[in-house]
Amino acid sequence: MEIGELVYDRPDLGKFRVHRSSMALPEIYELEKRRIFDKCWLYLGHESEAPNPGDYVRRVVAERALFFTRNRDGELAVFHNTCPHRGALICRTDRGNAQVFQCFYHAWSFNSSGELIGMPDSDGYGPDFDRTELGLRSPRFDSYKGFIFVCFDQETESLVDYLAGAAEYLDLVADQSRTGMRVIPGSNRYTIKANWKLLAENSIDGYHALPTHQTYFEYMANEAGGNIPSISNRRGLGRALGNGHGVIENDAIYGRPVAMWHPYFGEEARPEIERIKDDLVARHGREKAIRMCEKTRNMVIFPNLVINDIMAVTIRVFQPTGPDSMDVTAWEMAPAEETGDLLRRRLDSFLTFLGPGGFATPDDTEALESCQQGFRSGGVEWSDLSRGFYRNPRGDDELQMRSFWRRWQSRIAELPYVEQYERGLARGEMPEALPSPELSVAADD
Amino acid sequence: MATQTARASRSPVGLAATAESLLLQHEVEQLLYREARLLDDWNLDEWLTLYTSDARYTAPTTDLPDGDPASDLVFIDDDYARMTARVVRLKSRHAHREYPWSRTRRFIGNVIVASVDGDEIEATASVAVWRFRAGESAPYVGRYDLRLRRVSERLMICRKRAILDQEELSDHGALSIIF
Repeated sequence: MEIGELVYDRPDLGKFRVHRSSMALPEIYELEKRRIFDKCWLYLGHESEAPNPGDYVRRVVAERALFFTRNRDGELAVFHNTCPHRGALICRTDRGNAQVFQCFYHAWSFNSSGELIGMPDSDGYGPDFDRTELGLRSPRFDSYKGFIFVCFDQETESLVDYLAGAAEYLDLVADQSRTGMRVIPGSNRYTIKANWKLLAENSIDGYHALPTHQTYFEYMANEAGGNIPSISNRRGLGRALGNGHGVIENDAIYGRPVAMWHPYFGEEARPEIERIKDDLVARHGREKAIRMCEKTRNMVIFPNLVINDIMAVTIRVFQPTGPDSMDVTAWEMAPAEETGDLLRRRLDSFLTFLGPGGFATPDDTEALESCQQGFRSGGVEWSDLSRGFYRNPRGDDELQMRSFWRRWQSRIAELPYVEQYERGLARGEMPEALPSPELSVAADD
Repeated sequence: MATQTARASRSPVGLAATAESLLLQHEVEQLLYREARLLDDWNLDEWLTLYTSDARYTAPTTDLPDGDPASDLVFIDDDYARMTARVVRLKSRHAHREYPWSRTRRFIGNVIVASVDGDEIEATASVAVWRFRAGESAPYVGRYDLRLRRVSERLMICRKRAILDQEELSDHGALSIIF
């Protein structure tokens, strides 16, 4: 089998299949490192995590140790976390504040702009010794609305071009705040023993929600004193956002801190949540504000970033560590101005569904590991992702997953990439004969 | 400490105080051992009866052990209603990470009664829970910060803060059991 044949994409036959070796073979994983993770813009962190000069945050991105900080002028800087002298890690704690970064091995010191500013017994180096060659090294980096990305390739397009249609969806998160969104302290860090692409799929897979997360929906229905909302009747759609990014956007069937009241929040919260909604309408107009408040969004930014704007706003990034394992980190975001009961409700809303101790995330982890174990069973070569091929994709169809895989296929086989517009539903480009990209009532099968 | 206790116990008043302290220590340990056994046996309905109706069960994230549920992201912050919902979920056969249930064995140690204030007692304990499932075997290790309350002679748990020592959930991938 050729590397370019791992995705079987036949819209004319209504068939879309992915060869399971793409999620199991070490050779494929090695190729992914070079052709995807060395080429794409990868999420590093959020600017709110280092608000003041000297604040620093340590991260691993695509197996590379990095850290970011702000220099004295408040400008963001990102560095490879290695001493230019002999290699030791410069930054050895996850976060903090420092004006000077000193390597513990030979005590070379660097300022927050990365310049080498001192070492013990500098007389030992000759007159031609050039300190400017031995500063900390930076990868290419850029940020969009506070979300910081790095790219290890100079040829890759600009971040905003790379983000394509996903930028609009980051706006929908960033615009929820007057003063900017912030990352809340504390993160979920866990390992899933499954291929990283299974989590990309799972994060924008509306079809699994009800069967996999039955206990969550029962819990929320119980809180609301009513029946389990019918997912099959909720309005939603799946969209390809270009460049392999994809999103599902659905009617919220649970409460949202911004800003849809649910009995779960309690009657006393109602006026305040209504006020937030009114404020968003005033700032962004009714159409956008209603979308921000009453629709949920699960988005994958190719290859390994998920932004969920659901019962809470989350950032989830997964770093593959092999063909069958990944390290996941997830954070929660809130408007910077949000405090008190509003913040408390938001934090509590997250815990109902999300996180390693939530009522749903452990089920996803189990599902992904179960798939990976199933792959080893053999006998079946292909996984099917053809749902919704024949119709305008709903939120529980698989268009957005197909767009991920198409971009994956083109990158892994280094094939020319042509954006495919399945029935026109991508980047808002809609043939007239089809309904508008507004959420339309999903037809029953 | 031991010397002081020995000296104090020579007087009748000291002896009574020491006996009371030993009894309390015993009572607290028995409560924690009982909780461990009920959880190991997946006797979750019975487990709930160890807690007061205003109980709170909290587990901070591994990177922020001092995390406050009012301002920080935590793993778990259950009131009694959500503890009950957690039990319902774990018993439902649809909590997929725990169906079939894992085998667990809890070890409680270093139980220290920190303070006594009327009916309420503050205590801490070290805990290791070995969990076995689907070929995996690894421990959760950490500490309990507890507030206990005497309710009509019976010692009950009104607050449990379960703090993991792990840097991340790399072995289990979740906190799918009650820790």
